Amino acid sequence: MAFESLTEKFGNIFKKMRRETTLTEANMDAALREIRVALLEADVNYKVVKAFTSDVKEKALGQEVLKKVNPSQQLIKICHDELVELLGADNTEISYNKTGLTTIMLVGLQGTGKTTSAGKLALLQKNKLKKKVLLAGLDVYRPAAIEQLGTISKQIQVDFFEMGTDVDPVDVAKKAKERAVAEGYDVLILDTAGRLQIDEALMDELKNVNAAVHPDEILLLVDAMAGQDAVNVANTFNAKLRLTGVIMSKLDGDAKGGSSLSIKYMTGLPVKFAGVGEKLSDLDVFYPDRMADRILGMGDVISLVEKAQEVIDEKEAAKEAKKLMKGEFTLDDMLKQMKTVQRMGSVSALAKLIPGMPKLTPEQQEAAEKRMRDFETIINSMTPYERRHPETLKFSQKNRIAKGSGKTNADVNRVIKQWEKSKEMMKQMQQYQKSGKMPPMGGMGGFR
Amino acid sequence: MGLFAYLKNKFSKKKDDQKEQITAEKYQKGLAKSRAAFADRLEELSKRYEKVNSDYFDELEQILIEADVGVELTLKLLDQLLSKSQKENISEPKRINEELIDMMFVDYLESGDSIVNDVQFQEGQPTVLLVIGVNGVGKTTSIAKLAKRYQNQGKKVMLAAADTFRAGAVEQLKIWASRLDCPIVTGAENSDPASVCFDAARYAKEHGIDLLIVDTAGRLQNKKNLMDELAKMKRVLSREISNAPHETFLVIDGTTGQNGVQQAISFKEVVDLTGIVITKMDGTSKGGIILSIRDELGVPVRFIGLGEKMDDLEEFDLDEYLHALLVGERKE
Repeated sequence: MAFESLTEKFGNIFKKMRRETTLTEANMDAALREIRVALLEADVNYKVVKAFTSDVKEKALGQEVLKKVNPSQQLIKICHDELVELLGADNTEISYNKTGLTTIMLVGLQGTGKTTSAGKLALLQKNKLKKKVLLAGLDVYRPAAIEQLGTISKQIQVDFFEMGTDVDPVDVAKKAKERAVAEGYDVLILDTAGRLQIDEALMDELKNVNAAVHPDEILLLVDAMAGQDAVNVANTFNAKLRLTGVIMSKLDGDAKGGSSLSIKYMTGLPVKFAGVGEKLSDLDVFYPDRMADRILGMGDVISLVEKAQEVIDEKEAAKEAKKLMKGEFTLDDMLKQMKTVQRMGSVSALAKLIPGMPKLTPEQQEAAEKRMRDFETIINSMTPYERRHPETLKFSQKNRIAKGSGKTNADVNRVIKQWEKSKEMMKQMQQYQKSGKMPPMGGMGGFR
Repeated sequence: MGLFAYLKNKFSKKKDDQKEQITAEKYQKGLAKSRAAFADRLEELSKRYEKVNSDYFDELEQILIEADVGVELTLKLLDQLLSKSQKENISEPKRINEELIDMMFVDYLESGDSIVNDVQFQEGQPTVLLVIGVNGVGKTTSIAKLAKRYQNQGKKVMLAAADTFRAGAVEQLKIWASRLDCPIVTGAENSDPASVCFDAARYAKEHGIDLLIVDTAGRLQNKKNLMDELAKMKRVLSREISNAPHETFLVIDGTTGQNGVQQAISFKEVVDLTGIVITKMDGTSKGGIILSIRDELGVPVRFIGLGEKMDDLEEFDLDEYLHALLVGERKE
C-alpha cells in the first residue's frame, strides 16, 4: 500500500522512542526530524511538512508529560490528531442531487488515470449505490481514448455515449447531458482529455464544458506518484474550474502518495476516492481518519469490515449460517467462501488492510492467489457427491481428480486438508456465536 | 572552471547550424518551468541576502526539495556546502550558489559524453527495441515519436502492440501506426504478449524491417507477472532474432516525485535497461529527477520529451540540459 513505507518509518521512529521514559524536548526533536524527512521522502509538500512538524512540536511542548503514559503513545496521539486534521478530518462523499441527474466531470494531467477511474467510479455507483450511470467520452485527442472507455463500459455493463473524435468536446458534453436527462439517468460521468495546467487553449475548453453543462462535481485526478508539483497543478485547475474534490490514483504502486496530504492542506480540496488496484472494482472511498491510522500503523480494519459486508449477500449469509448450525460444510461452501473473498478484491489488497499483515511480499501474495485458483480447478473436477463428502475419497478417485484438473495427488490432498481445517474453524465459530463473542476473522484464515 | 563559466563559454558562440539552434530552443522552452523554479529562485534568493546565514540555508533547502532533488541528497549537499563555506570563509550569496551548483552538476559533466544516445542498429537483421514503463507515463506516445524519428532517418520501422492488458492500448498504437504509415502487429485483448512478439519478429525478418519497437504493459504492481511476461517475451524475441531485444528503454514521467528513482530501480531488477526516456519535462517545474536517476542507477537518459509535438522528443544532451536549466537565455 502506498503509505506502507511511511507507516514503517513511523514505526521505526516510535520503536526508538519506546525505550525512553520521558518525553523531553531533545528526544522529541530527534523523532520530529525523522518524521520530517519521512514526510518529505513521501513527496509531501515542503510547506505542509514544515507546518505539520511545527504544529506537532508546539502541541507536544505545550502539554505536560502525563505520568504513566508511554511517551511514544503521547506523540503518536498528537501526530495522529494532526494528520487527521491535515487529511481533512471528515469523510467526504459525492453530493448527489436528490432528484434528477448528477453530473460529474473528471479532469487532470495526461496519464493520471482519468479514463480508468471513470470506469471504476461508474462501477462503484452502479453496484454500491444502485445508480443508473451514463459514461461519456470527451477525450477527442488521445488516440483510442474513446475506444478505451467504450471497452471499459462494456466490461462493467454501463451505458456509453460518444460522438467520435471529429467533434467539439463541448458538444459531446451537451448532447450527453440531454440524453442522460431524457432517459432518466442518475449519474453522468464526463471523461475529459488529459492536459497540462499551463495549456491555455485546452484549459479554456474545460471552462466551456463547465459553462455548458454545469457539472455538480468536478474531480481532479492526482497520480500517487506526483511530486512536489502536485499542489501547483491542483491550484491551477482549481482557479480555472472551481474543483469539488480529488481522486487519488495508483495508490497501489510503491509511490508513497504524500501529495494527498499536501493537496487537502494547501487547497482545501478533499480527496474523495482512491484507486487501489488495476481491477475495475479497485476504487475506494477515501477516509482521511483511517488513512491517518494507517500511516501510524494501526491498519484499516473498519474499511475491511465494510468491504466484506458489501460483497456478502445478506440472504445468502442467513442460509449459510443455518447450514453451518447443522454442522454441514462442503467443499462447495469452501469454494463459495473463497470466491467471496476474491470478489472483495485480491487477497493482496485485503492483506494490506489488516494490521500486522503488511509484511507479505508480492511473491507471497501471488502464491496465495494462485493457490486459490488451483483449489477451484481441483474442486471443479469433482462430482457433486465428492464435493459434499470429501472424506470418502479413495486413492483411485483422487487420481482421477488430479488428472482431470492437471494437478498432482498431493495438490488434491492439500485441498482436503484445507477443508478439514476450515470445517474445524467453522465449528469454533459456532461456539463463538453461541457464547456471543466475535470470532477472529472467521473463515479467512486458510488463505494465507 | 566553475560550471557557469563552462556553460557560458560553450554556449556564447552563436549557433551556426540551424538544426542545433532549433534543438537549443526546444530545450530552452521545455525547461522554462524548471528553470523558473530552480535557477531563477536561486538568483532571486542571492539578491535578497547580503551575507549567508542559517536562514539562507533554510531557503536553499526549500528550493532544492521543491525541485524534487530528494531529501537525502539535499541534506548531504547542504552539509558539504556549509562546511566549505566555513572553511573557506565564503559568505557572499552569489558565490555560495555557484559552489552549490558545481557540487550538484560537476560530476555529471566529468562522467558524461561518452554515451551514444541514438539507437544502435544491427547489421543484417532487424533491431528490436523493447519499451517498458508504468501506466500513464507516455509510453505509447514516446514510441510513436521514436518511430517517426527513425522513419525520418530513412529506416523501415514497425510496431508491436504487446500491451494486451490495458483496454484501448492496442487501438491507441494502431492509430499511431496508421498515422505514421508503418506496419503493426497486434494480438487480441488479454492474449499472450509473447505470441505478439513472435508474430512481430517473423514479420520483421520477412519484410526487411530495420527497427521493431515493442510496446509492453506497464504493470509494476505485480512484479512477478511482469517479470514472467518480460522474460517470456525476451525468450521468444531472441529465438527469432539473435540477441534481441537489442535495446530496452524505460519511460519515466518527468512529473514523478521521489518514486521515479524507485520505479527505475524496480524495473532494473527485472530487465536489463539500456536507456531511459524522460517524458513531460515541459509540464514540470523540477528537472531534479534526471540527476538522481543517473546517479543511482548508472543507466543513461537517452531521450527527453520537451513538448507535445511529434518532433519534440530529443536526444538527451547534458550540456544543453544544464544550460537551459541553469543559465537560460539570460538578459546579460
